[in-house]
Amino acid sequence: MIRVEEIRSILASDNRESFEKLAEEAATLTRRHFGRAKSLFAPLYLANYCDNGCLYCGFSQDRPIDRMCLEPAEIDAEMESLSGTGIRHVLLLTGESRSMTPVGYIRDAVERAHRRFATVSLEIYPLEEPEYGEMIEAGADGVTLYQETYNRTRYAELHPYGRKADYEYRRQAPERMARAGMHRITLGVLLGLAPIAEDAAELFLHLESLQRQYPGIDLSASFPRLIPLPDNPIQGEPVSDIQLIKLICLARILFPTIGITLSTRERPLIRDKALHLGVTRISAASRTTVGGYASRDCHDGQFSVQDERSLTEVITMLKANGMDPVLTDWHSLPADGQ
Amino acid sequence: MMVGDQPLVIAGREIRNRFFLGTGKFQSKEMMRETIQAAKIEVVTVALRRIDLHSPTPENILDFIPAGTVLMTNTSGARTAAEAVRLARLSREAGCGNWIKIEVINDSRYLLPDNLETLKATEQLAADGFVVFPYMYPDLYFARAMAKAGAAAVMPLGSLIGSHQGLKTREFIRIILAEIDTPVIVDAGIGTPSQALEAMEMGAAAVLANTAVAEAGDPPGLACAFTQAVAAGRLARLSSPPQPRDLASPSSPLTGFLYSSHDPG
Repeated sequence: MIRVEEIRSILASDNRESFEKLAEEAATLTRRHFGRAKSLFAPLYLANYCDNGCLYCGFSQDRPIDRMCLEPAEIDAEMESLSGTGIRHVLLLTGESRSMTPVGYIRDAVERAHRRFATVSLEIYPLEEPEYGEMIEAGADGVTLYQETYNRTRYAELHPYGRKADYEYRRQAPERMARAGMHRITLGVLLGLAPIAEDAAELFLHLESLQRQYPGIDLSASFPRLIPLPDNPIQGEPVSDIQLIKLICLARILFPTIGITLSTRERPLIRDKALHLGVTRISAASRTTVGGYASRDCHDGQFSVQDERSLTEVITMLKANGMDPVLTDWHSLPADGQ
Repeated sequence: MMVGDQPLVIAGREIRNRFFLGTGKFQSKEMMRETIQAAKIEVVTVALRRIDLHSPTPENILDFIPAGTVLMTNTSGARTAAEAVRLARLSREAGCGNWIKIEVINDSRYLLPDNLETLKATEQLAADGFVVFPYMYPDLYFARAMAKAGAAAVMPLGSLIGSHQGLKTREFIRIILAEIDTPVIVDAGIGTPSQALEAMEMGAAAVLANTAVAEAGDPPGLACAFTQAVAAGRLARLSSPPQPRDLASPSSPLTGFLYSSHDPG
């Protein structure tokens, strides 16, 4: 039973003993269900054009940044460079612009990625159900989509225009993915945009309802913290390290078998410790700029990377902590005949 | 292998160590290799999803499996028969052989196998020349159908994967053992050597475990203990007197009167 009052009180409590117990339970469940396997992936930004004006985001249409969209030859070069590092699971990202990065463009990138990587995931604007089906046919099997916040009032303030202003369309997207047959679905909120206990409770309820309706899906949760832009009025509510770790533990205890992802926006200490407590998937050697792996580097990334360790360094860290680095964790199965 | 026993023969391959090992969840791939070598494991299962099929990586699991070990790839991650079939073909094309453990699981919380989809995959893959090992919920009808479809063995679960609860499905596995001639390999939920021994005493052809060994303080030590327990269970089975038939009755309390010579009437 997920109750917001309970989550609020756990997050606010300064009882170290009960926190330690929470962590112990989360660590035990993680070991029981995932053993020591930790899967590794890397993001690849295809474009940073966006049709929305999210007040907190570095890619917002209103921000005067360099805009880029990789050409097919550049996509190949990026993928060549990234796969050369040993990464076998790629997460393809775009800004949320249907006009600059239409479905056909993304589909083509998925097909290119499928030729070089074992697993292809997407973090793009929400699609229609048949469009998710097209992505699966092209070789994608995972989608990450952040609701950003489940607080409708706050959502409306932060997303003033563009397709993203439609809360419900975004909220229903994971169901469209599931109906289309998407294998892995990752949900999350951007911690700090709204009171976190409420957002966490809503995220957990969303996960629970998807798990019940679509039991075969490999569900994951992701817990990015808002990194406020320096010159921006939206600074959000700071989320402490303790609160972040408590949320990861709570997610693990409530959902013993789901994946939990933590990105390189967190610093190495937090990432390394969270791996014991619930995190099962981490990005490594990430570049968050368009063209970041090959030559054409656009300097404006979506967020600044706090963990700049190479893939080899991350693998060494995992082994030193008694964990098993997993580079290949699934083989995308595109439509027959490809 | 003890005196008087025959090796388990599957697809022409003689297997003496009837303890099969899963390769997930080990602390390191080096530890997995050490365990296989220490316990002289002959058959291992490897999740195809974890095998790098495209290019060599520093962490490819196949590089850590000793030469001569029989590789049984599994279709872990498949949710439908169609996906399992495609993974099996991918495995064979990649040179991982044609022994395939079919795992079709469409419930991420309990990880229970979907017998209907598993049967469909068994039919297709057996017809396509694979040596097929369907991982199944111990249901007699499905076990029969999988055997009929050409499964090399059926693999009923003892209890939930990774639960260490042993033979919770004991009575149903017993029925399958009694009713089908295809080898039965008990898989999943086996947490201790004594549980593996019991499965062998009941008549299983082999036992497969993974989590219990991988999570042990000394995986090679526990794998050796499993190997010995499985051999002991096998020996006990072979050495036991024939079981009394359930249908027979030592006396006839209800019908004996018909044969009595002291009928007062």
